[in-house]
Amino acid sequence: MAAHDTSFWSKHQILEKNSIILVIGILLMISVGGIVEIAPLFYLKSTIEKVGGVRPYTPLELAGRDIYVREGCYTCHSQMIRALKDEVERYGHYSLAAESMYDHPFQWGSKRNGPDLARVGGKYSDDWQRAHLAAPRSVVPGSIMPNYAFLFDRELRLEHLGEHMTIQSIEGVPYTQEQIANAAVDAAAQLNPDDKNASAFAKRWPTAVVRTVAKPGKITEADAVVAYLQMLGTLVDFKIYDEKANLR
Amino acid sequence: MSSHNDHAAPVDPVTGMATTGHSWDGISELNTPLPKWWLWIFYATIVWALGYFVVYPSWPLAQGYMPGIWNWSSRAAVSADVAELQKMRSADNAKLAAMPLADVAKDPKMLAFAQAQGKAAFGDNCAPCHGAGGGGAKGYPNLNDDDWLWGGKIDQILETIAVGIRSTHAQTRAGAMTAFGAAPSPILNKDQIGQVADYVLSLSGKADPKADVKAGQQIFAENCAVCHGDNAKGNQDLGAPNLTDAIWLYGADKATIVEAVTNGRGGVMPTWSGRLDDTTIKSLAVYVHTLGGGVK
Amino acid sequence: MTFGEIGVSIALVALAALSLLIAAKAYTPEYAFHAYLFAAASVGGIYAIVSRYMGGRPVAAQEIDGKPNYNMGPVKFAALISMFWGIAGFLVGVIIALQLAYPVMNLDLQWIQFGRLRPLHTSAVIFAFGGNVLLATSFYVVQRTSHARLAGDLAPWFVILGYNFFILIAGTGYLLGISQSKEYAEPEWYSDLFLTVVWVAYLLVFLATLWKRKEPHIYVANWFYLAFIVTIAVLHLGNNATIPVSIFSAKSYIVWAGVQDAMFQWWYGHNAVGFFLTAGFLAIMYYFVPKRANRPVYSYRLSIVHFWALIFLYIWAGPHHLHYTALPDWAQTLGMTFSIMLWMPSWGGMINGLMTLSGAWDKLRTDPVLRMMVVSVAFYGMSTFEGPLMSIKVVNSLSHYTDWTVGHVHSGALGWVGFVSFGALYCLVPWLYNRPGLYSLKLVNWHFWIATLGIVLYISSMWVAGIMQGLMWRAYTSLGFLEYSFIETVEAMHYFYVIRALGGALFLVGALIMAWNLYKTITSPSVEAVPAGRSQLAPAE
Repeated sequence: MAAHDTSFWSKHQILEKNSIILVIGILLMISVGGIVEIAPLFYLKSTIEKVGGVRPYTPLELAGRDIYVREGCYTCHSQMIRALKDEVERYGHYSLAAESMYDHPFQWGSKRNGPDLARVGGKYSDDWQRAHLAAPRSVVPGSIMPNYAFLFDRELRLEHLGEHMTIQSIEGVPYTQEQIANAAVDAAAQLNPDDKNASAFAKRWPTAVVRTVAKPGKITEADAVVAYLQMLGTLVDFKIYDEKANLR
Repeated sequence: MSSHNDHAAPVDPVTGMATTGHSWDGISELNTPLPKWWLWIFYATIVWALGYFVVYPSWPLAQGYMPGIWNWSSRAAVSADVAELQKMRSADNAKLAAMPLADVAKDPKMLAFAQAQGKAAFGDNCAPCHGAGGGGAKGYPNLNDDDWLWGGKIDQILETIAVGIRSTHAQTRAGAMTAFGAAPSPILNKDQIGQVADYVLSLSGKADPKADVKAGQQIFAENCAVCHGDNAKGNQDLGAPNLTDAIWLYGADKATIVEAVTNGRGGVMPTWSGRLDDTTIKSLAVYVHTLGGGVK
Repeated sequence: MTFGEIGVSIALVALAALSLLIAAKAYTPEYAFHAYLFAAASVGGIYAIVSRYMGGRPVAAQEIDGKPNYNMGPVKFAALISMFWGIAGFLVGVIIALQLAYPVMNLDLQWIQFGRLRPLHTSAVIFAFGGNVLLATSFYVVQRTSHARLAGDLAPWFVILGYNFFILIAGTGYLLGISQSKEYAEPEWYSDLFLTVVWVAYLLVFLATLWKRKEPHIYVANWFYLAFIVTIAVLHLGNNATIPVSIFSAKSYIVWAGVQDAMFQWWYGHNAVGFFLTAGFLAIMYYFVPKRANRPVYSYRLSIVHFWALIFLYIWAGPHHLHYTALPDWAQTLGMTFSIMLWMPSWGGMINGLMTLSGAWDKLRTDPVLRMMVVSVAFYGMSTFEGPLMSIKVVNSLSHYTDWTVGHVHSGALGWVGFVSFGALYCLVPWLYNRPGLYSLKLVNWHFWIATLGIVLYISSMWVAGIMQGLMWRAYTSLGFLEYSFIETVEAMHYFYVIRALGGALFLVGALIMAWNLYKTITSPSVEAVPAGRSQLAPAE
């Protein structure tokens, strides 16, 4: 049957009879979509908004972010306020691409078992963040978050932070040599307002907020996580953000 | 069907359809044409997509992208949506903004509006610390009672919400409990701190009968009264709590009080001006004031 | 020793030495532990090669009596271990479902908290269970449809054992807090690197076996297997382009950042669904359904059109995971429109699967294994309709971030991937072990109904929970204010989370019944001991 279109369907034989041609065909077919969707994000200037205030993470914030990544926080928390009215009213200004431009990897997330964290920075006090991290139900009875009390027992390791920043600078994060060289010093200084390096820290990190440790005399992983959470979404001043210039 | 087969391919007896003539491990294939309905729906989705490309932003170009004839943008759309919401609320919000705070309670409609707005903001912003009903938690004051650190009048509540307590706001409510026993040069030694704690407990009738309250009273007068007052009733200008009312923010036991006197206290409430707009903060003040503890 | 044996041995010696060096200087004990595991595995590999050589086993013949001498050892291993990983993965799924209903189930132990167990669950079911089913069936199918012995001597075993070693590294890594937190690509740089080597070997073994085929045409199942293997390689490399902090550190940073990383991630993530969980399992369908039903594939032409359309269009669909985000609108449009266009190409597989049964529908009454596979195709059709629906921006604005997505994923994962895998294993185990049939078809029936009930409970509870959650997030009062706080929406989920856990538990029970059935099948008398004519549904030669 259908003998008249034999010639059309029989062309497929070339692919069916030669595995290498078949593989090349597959590779060609799957390349198009990826290239068209991904490559322009690197060259189109509109992809990342023109906006002031965004800076790389301080060594302490980066350490906190590494722990956030290690613990898989993205499985329950998004960091991406969508351009929808209820999200903007609940969480604040929709997230900009610029706000995660130094995020290796991005942590936008895909599921909200807990609330969005894109602008959680400064929303609650450090004390609350610590209490909540250690035992979420002590402050929010209906919470289903696990207790992260163990972060308060694990000492934060500072000795390799400079290497972490070096790799990120290779990947395009604008860390200065001075910032990298002083990674461990700055991590400690960001947790002690009276630190002897406080002024040098303030010079290297003019917009970073200095906090205190949860347990006196000891820098724990919890301190880094709190420092990270408390800066999320705080860098861009939306009072001077030009919304109309960044529609895309 | 493959053209290299000179002989006719076998026909499947069940369907009457010719096979392609090949067989793999006993599996053959029928040469059934594409289902028409399938093909037409496929075409329809393609046509629909082409139409969508014309209307909405779609293909990336060497510079920029096809914006679509509707010039639609998700960011412009959400701004319009929020503007519409604000417009719907604007008459009441304008009225609320212009109204002296004290008058809101006298206007039932405005009171209901402010409470609704306040309640909506309270749930996600305030409840994590103060509890869903404003009942508070250790370190986070109960907003339902009439015990206020920085004042329970409505304009005091408004001020606290706006500037926060020991926050990053330039005009934040400040002032902290001194750390009387902190190293390296403690103002009070351990014994003295214990004595003053006993005295403070006695103010709400919880003193240890064996305790030397007199010594503690003396220490209190010299060190604590300046903020908490001679009668220990507190000072809302400084955020110094009333120590006589048996309401405790951190706990009613001696160890907690010793801890407070030794290392000080300085609970933080963030500033909400900037994160929330002025009428929302005003509404929150009304909402909190009417939770049950508001002071006239 | 053969050239291959010498080469592999040298490589393993080098890997063992490198692993020991890394173990000695590792920044963290967790990474040192993994380095020791690598060293132990290398030594184990060397021991196996040497003892095989010393044992003097002759090189396996390509053919015996004119029939291909099929190499089924690696197939058996992968088939059995897939059952183990499946049960482990389902169990972890039930545990994390319970953790969401009852947070006390986190037990305050850092190793088993939700954030670490959730990637363990997804990786165990997708890559450990699904991956081993794909390895087992692909090595089986490519041999049978090529009528030739699997290519390579050590290579097939390297692929199977190497892949499962990767699973071990990845899984223990999650528990120990080694994760790059890229969804479905959580393993760190050294696991990724090792997997790349294994995967290249997999592609070569598969291709080299095809090159030995007797039938000049390549069977449609093998097109799908090839598309799966090739594309997963490309996706894996693109989404895991990381630079390690040091060779002595488990930590790496991906070279992409922010919005570009998001696009790479969902280009990968969606096509892990498209090529691992769809193309790979369609390949399974294309062999096992016609084989079991003993019917020709419905339409060769549909195979051609839906194959090429599917692989071309699928790749574009990733941005539908990023609607209304900081990804530019133009990319979101492409993601959505291509997802819609993908609907019919996806359904082409369903039509070919279901219509292959024309003339054999009566078998559904008597053969629960075939019924399982047919229901899996129906679930495939349902979730490939639901997927495009959820990719539409207005629908996605409601469904995204909610449990609707989780329900959707599981209708595909439990219904389609799970059932077609179970069906394939129910076919495969008696064939591999030369048994007259399964130990008990009645138990297959029980498995089918218990698991189906579990799926229904799971997806219906997640639909209700997800849609309710989405509606609560966007609910406004009459005065124009948000009606619910976030925590109220969390509290509203509780009972649905309990029902979901129950559904998952039923699915797990079904899998346990299956494991018992397969165990009894393997330990029952072989086909030689059974009188002629009782051989049930044995593969044709």
